Amino acid sequence: MGRYILRRLLQMIPTLLAVAALIFLIFSVLPGSFAGTMTGGGRRALSPELVAQINAQFGLDKPLPVRFWDYLVRLVQFDLGTSFRTREPVMDLIAARIWPSLQLALSAMALAVTVGIPLGFLAAMRPGSLLDSITMIGAVSGLSMPQFWLGLLLMYVFALQLGWLPSFGYGEGRLRNLILPAIALGFAPLALLARTTRAGVLEVMASDHIRTAMAKGASPSQMVRWHVLRNVMVLIVTTMGLQIGSLLGQALVIEKLFSWPGLGSLMVDSVAIRDIPVVQGTILVIVLWFLVINVLVDVIYAAIDPRISLR
Amino acid sequence: MRMPFRLNLTLGLALVSMVILGAVFAPLLTAHDPILDADLMNSEMPPSWDHWFGTDSQGRDVFSRVLYGARVSLTIGIVAQAINSTIGIALGLSAGYWGGWWDDLVNGLTNLMLAIPSLVFALAIMAVLGPGVVSLLIALGLTNWSWSCRITRGAVMSLKSQGYVQAARTLGYGDIRIMLTQLLPNIVGPVLVMATLGIGEAVLAEAALSFLGLGIRPPAPSWGNMLTDAREAIRSVPWATIFPGLAVFVTVLGFNLLGDGVRDWLDPRMQVRA
Amino acid sequence: MSGPLLDIRGLTIGIPNRNGPPLQIVRDLSFDIMPGEIFGLVGESGSGKSASALALMGLNRRPLTTLKGQALYGGQDLLAMSRRSMRKLRGDRISMIFQEPMTALNPLARIGSQIAEMFVLHRGLSWSDARPKAVEALAAVQVPDPEGRARAYPHQLSGGLRQRVMIAVAMACRPDLLIADEPTTALDVTVQAEVLRLIRELCEREGTAVLLISHDLGVIAQMCQRVGVMANGRLLELRDAKALFTDPRHPYTQGLLAALPRLGSRAVEGRHRLADLDTAIDRNAPGFAETYLRPRGEAA
Repeated sequence: MGRYILRRLLQMIPTLLAVAALIFLIFSVLPGSFAGTMTGGGRRALSPELVAQINAQFGLDKPLPVRFWDYLVRLVQFDLGTSFRTREPVMDLIAARIWPSLQLALSAMALAVTVGIPLGFLAAMRPGSLLDSITMIGAVSGLSMPQFWLGLLLMYVFALQLGWLPSFGYGEGRLRNLILPAIALGFAPLALLARTTRAGVLEVMASDHIRTAMAKGASPSQMVRWHVLRNVMVLIVTTMGLQIGSLLGQALVIEKLFSWPGLGSLMVDSVAIRDIPVVQGTILVIVLWFLVINVLVDVIYAAIDPRISLR
Repeated sequence: MRMPFRLNLTLGLALVSMVILGAVFAPLLTAHDPILDADLMNSEMPPSWDHWFGTDSQGRDVFSRVLYGARVSLTIGIVAQAINSTIGIALGLSAGYWGGWWDDLVNGLTNLMLAIPSLVFALAIMAVLGPGVVSLLIALGLTNWSWSCRITRGAVMSLKSQGYVQAARTLGYGDIRIMLTQLLPNIVGPVLVMATLGIGEAVLAEAALSFLGLGIRPPAPSWGNMLTDAREAIRSVPWATIFPGLAVFVTVLGFNLLGDGVRDWLDPRMQVRA
Repeated sequence: MSGPLLDIRGLTIGIPNRNGPPLQIVRDLSFDIMPGEIFGLVGESGSGKSASALALMGLNRRPLTTLKGQALYGGQDLLAMSRRSMRKLRGDRISMIFQEPMTALNPLARIGSQIAEMFVLHRGLSWSDARPKAVEALAAVQVPDPEGRARAYPHQLSGGLRQRVMIAVAMACRPDLLIADEPTTALDVTVQAEVLRLIRELCEREGTAVLLISHDLGVIAQMCQRVGVMANGRLLELRDAKALFTDPRHPYTQGLLAALPRLGSRAVEGRHRLADLDTAIDRNAPGFAETYLRPRGEAA
């Protein structure tokens, strides 16, 4: 088990390097220069000497392969470079943002899991009922709604009109500040989980071993506890993992909307001013999170399904 | 869900046609120009007979901006997803059929793409290319093909051992011909479903990027950038926030229902599942 | 001998139809099973055998519904019982094994606990007390290394072993009646004989009656004392096994028996081809209804 996890974690390194290379290439090969944007989007012409000076300062005057090699060498030493704007190490900038980001993503997921899964379960127990129809209509709506619009509406109603909750900001991590962005971010995964759970329960309930359980004389509640719950978990753990894994990335717009000091708003702000080392760094962290969650999902998967063995 | 009369399909088709017709016939449906009719004397008016969705803080008619915004959103959604589908199908078909090192490469690339959330990737590309329709098409068209590719590849791998494909090969058909005439027609269903759902995703992503100021640049109307403007004035002009968002919602809902409906239609057994 | 263990009268199963008479799958089925007897129900697939068995257990899935009839067990009608009391009976007094051993067991639970469940459900034992009983039950169905196998998961066992596990589950509470729905159809021929022998020996020892459902006349001939022949939802003939096989009366039964390959008769003309059987049960043939769908009393 331990060796399996270690091996899987080591296998992430090539993927991370590939992502780093891809992002590096996109930012280096495609047109547009940093020095140009740094000083006002090219509206004022810079003297060529100044451009050369800025480029030299950040090592941008060297040929592309050399820069890529330097980048990789620093990367494996956990050095993500220096921010063009603040001149701080990117690592420090990211470290300051990780906790708020995780806080938001995990609360959103907690909401999705604690509401979405039971809802899907109840809907599947009474297919065709009113609750089922409402859940399914709500689920497809939740998946179709732009999360930042939902955020705006929540902000309008609960912050501006009712004044119950703050409309933006981190508020030193107070729960009050977390509620609205977490709901806005968690709604889509909630809808997806309700849908997947419902489908999973229906699939399990239709399987032969449930007929066996009924022939044994188990009551509905015993059947659910002994023969349905775990089997449904096997079917939804992948969806759950994909959701948690991509939540850091999905949070971009919500973080920006609620001025939440997470990785997403750091990335958006850095993109706007083409602070490329920071953009590269945040993307790498977001991908790393996805990969780590994936390993975790595989381990959990193997733990609940004896047919899967960790090799 | 046991729904009468294929409700998914019917409702999805109705919503999508409504949005498409609104976009196509925008000039006939509204007398107001979405950009030029800025009339500060007439700003922040609530919905009325003359301005169905009210006017925004610059006095522009929200209804006409939503209609013209549909043109941008639909074009980007459909074209971007067409690019995604083409890439996904081409890679999935060739990888599943040929296998070997090409399959390994495509599979690796697909996993890589899955690991980078597509919105994050699109944002990075937008950062390089700058705002605009073409940039959006590139950013959204290159970043969301991994699922189409996976599904195509899986289907092809199970199909290629079947008798009729083997028969085509013994008849001396070329690889490309087999892929296009024997394999592609058999995976049209799932690919079509993926594409329909993908249009909805692209519309959502476009709105998000434009909302962040990296998509369609004002004053050209786009649902995303309308929300950026409206956000500033949400307290006094809530309708300017409600209607563009509602437009995104209805459009994406339409494509999602349509996608679900097509899937149910192609495979009635799936009705119980999804 | 005392009265019958289970007395089925006029069982009719079908799919209710809002705009007309229900579509009937099983019509007016009546037979009885004596204590300790092995009763065979034979017929082609789709003849309504399995639907009848599932109806007795109350396990038919919608839209299949029991429309009419009684199944008297110890003076109670199984078909009219409350769900609660039916649950108490199921698995304890009347148990069932199914055709497909590969999917009938929960893939995520250990074999031992799937058997132990029976003692928890019907004997009120705790899980820890039930586990050793489950190992005993596995030993009783002649599973080698019962201790180890109790800790295994279904996917680690062969089809034959899984069917033995299902038998262990079904026999755990020493039921009065075991319903075996095509118990060996999915198994290899060599394993079939062992599993059948196991069912017969166990039931003889425990005094359990068996309702054996099969399309395989060989299996029925080998196991049963009395046999009912079903086709198209009707019981055509109900006889002692010996009498049925030596002197079939109903033309359908005659057709079935004639289609069996016989050892030593190699000549093609000495064997009826399956085509003959098909014409024999052609439902559109003139006179079909009169010949095949006579009331049971006349046929028997």
